[in-house]
Amino acid sequence: MFEIIKSNENELKILLTGEIDHHTTSELRPLVDKEILQTTPSILILDFSGVTFMDSSGVGLIMGRYRIMNEIGGIIHVVNIPSSLRHVMRVSGLNKLAQFDFEEEKI
Amino acid sequence: MKAINSMKLQFESRSVNESFARMAVSGFLLPLDPTIEEINDIKTAVSEAVTNSIIHGYKEKIGTIYISAFIYEGGKIVIKVKDKGKGIADIKKAMEPLFTTGDEDRSGLGFSVMSSVMDKVKVTSKPMLFTQVTMERRIGSKSV
Repeated sequence: MFEIIKSNENELKILLTGEIDHHTTSELRPLVDKEILQTTPSILILDFSGVTFMDSSGVGLIMGRYRIMNEIGGIIHVVNIPSSLRHVMRVSGLNKLAQFDFEEEKI
Repeated sequence: MKAINSMKLQFESRSVNESFARMAVSGFLLPLDPTIEEINDIKTAVSEAVTNSIIHGYKEKIGTIYISAFIYEGGKIVIKVKDKGKGIADIKKAMEPLFTTGDEDRSGLGFSVMSSVMDKVKVTSKPMLFTQVTMERRIGSKSV
């Protein structure tokens, strides 16, 4: 489901894996939020390279984390978005809220 | 036009079944030799419709979700997802992008996403009785 790659006050990097839907996001959300509130990073990096499927619940997940990061004065990078997800991401207009990088690592 | 193949499926409105629903419908359509992108589109559409039934139709109580799928000549497919839950009073409003009656983490994009991956999306509903989403497209070539 997810793996914490890096966790300090500058950067929290999370690798997401498997399917991201309503079911998995309801389990993922509290775990990610706990890590954010414990670490209070300046940047939250969500790495989607392990994701095999995502519907609009994943968009909701990003939107909710954007809200929290915004509250603590931080930003979000979404990286390694599989081309199969670009559709959903573009329809959502999410690229206006978060830094988006498709299929290659930014940092 | 008569369907050359069809299936009916029903299951409890538990979120753990969302993955099963995606697999079942895409499995049924495999003989049409869809591309990976077409399979992903179908899975996405089914996922959105089933999630709506679980979150909104049954408001996270347990009810039954009914899926039926039909294959026609020329690669046309129709997928119906139905619940006997709350129903939708204002369908036009419900289908507006970003509109949601759900909690903070709901994007309100379910219907928009369905419409972007399917050729046609039709919603019928009677409040407190049922909601049915009927989606159709071609496998082999999405009309643009």
